[in-house]
Amino acid sequence: MLRPGSARRWLAAAGRWSCRLLALLLLVPGPGGASEITFELPDNAKQCFYEDITQGTKCTLEFQVITGGHYDVDCRLEDPDGNVLYKEMKKQYDSFTFTASKNGTYKFCFSNEFSTFTHKTVYFDFQVGEDPPLFPSENRVSALTQMESACVSIHEALKSVIDYQTHFRLREAQGRSRAEDLNTRVAYCTCLPRRILLLGAGRGGENNS
Amino acid sequence: MAAEQGVLFVGPWPGAGLGRVIRALLLLLCFAARGGTLYFHIGETEKKCFIEEIPDETMVIGNYRTQLYDKQREEYQPATPGLGMFVEVKDPEDKVILARQYGSEGRFTFTSHTPGEHQICLHSNSTKFSLFAGGMLRVHLDIQVGEHANDYAEIAAKDKLSELQLRVRQLVEQVEQIQKEQNYQRVRGWAGSGGLLPRSCQLTHPGAACQIHYETQGTYLSELHCKSKRWDDCY
Repeated sequence: MLRPGSARRWLAAAGRWSCRLLALLLLVPGPGGASEITFELPDNAKQCFYEDITQGTKCTLEFQVITGGHYDVDCRLEDPDGNVLYKEMKKQYDSFTFTASKNGTYKFCFSNEFSTFTHKTVYFDFQVGEDPPLFPSENRVSALTQMESACVSIHEALKSVIDYQTHFRLREAQGRSRAEDLNTRVAYCTCLPRRILLLGAGRGGENNS
Repeated sequence: MAAEQGVLFVGPWPGAGLGRVIRALLLLLCFAARGGTLYFHIGETEKKCFIEEIPDETMVIGNYRTQLYDKQREEYQPATPGLGMFVEVKDPEDKVILARQYGSEGRFTFTSHTPGEHQICLHSNSTKFSLFAGGMLRVHLDIQVGEHANDYAEIAAKDKLSELQLRVRQLVEQVEQIQKEQNYQRVRGWAGSGGLLPRSCQLTHPGAACQIHYETQGTYLSELHCKSKRWDDCY
């Protein structure tokens, strides 16, 4: 059985070290990651997303409107104290990079409040810090071998290829949406006058006979 | 100093100090494990839908965690086990491929069999929710698609791969995802959505190859493998 004195000393030491480790973890930016989401934003609606970010983390917010109306949306990004870091109205696409100046919850909102009847589909990619490493014990002191470095370079290059593909896909979806929109409008514009003409001709025929 | 005093002071028995240390360590683990997930608020009867445009045979994994606003403590607490989320996934043809109820914390997985826009919808199931005075539910959501959905630690353990082998395996998975997306876009870009194949392409059986002749600058011959007579089923 431990003597009360040594137990207390052990507890004290454990307490001190856990607090120090905790403080260290809070200061060092964590592994981070990316969130890519495509969501529907109804008319007159606002949708906000939140994320807890540690100080010093480099973050990027990129968004694009895929379908709806004039393909634009209001976007606003705020820091934990409510200071506006980014604010743009009626934007189709934008990319914003910032470094978190303080710990806390960052909030970004997309607003379609200016639109009375068009739903919008919005895509955004919120990258926080670096991608988590492939191996949990990535903070090794030894340098990577040439093969491993080559693999890392290829991985980064492929990531940018996938990124380009995403943008291509979004642009294609947007183009298709515009084409379908136009098709509907043209059909409506040609169909309706024709129907009115036929009705008018029919009436005229009735009157004559 | 303060920590030492805290540990010595709290409670007449060593166990109390230990409790404080354990709490600190748990907090430590919380921060260490936290991947920093995105969250949003959802109302009681609200349904939130997300869209994923993906090629076929692509795996999608979604992880979510819910928290309920506690008016007394004025903060968000982990939701009670009774409060669950209903997850519904529809494929591009509006057919439901997943419709399940999960708990306050859950993980849903599905693999696409048709390329195109899949819709993932979430809404809370509980009627007891109204006990919490019409509060908002906080939902932490993380959706991983394709290569990002792979658990490399599991793959390394299962196939007994070395570090270098695992890295190369990741590259192979990435390239496969790129190829799938390219094939999907190739058909999409030429044919748009919907519509039937031109008559020159006679399918002898599903998965048959089809030589499609396109007039661009000169002629561009391409081979497409089609599961049916619709453009969308070609890759």
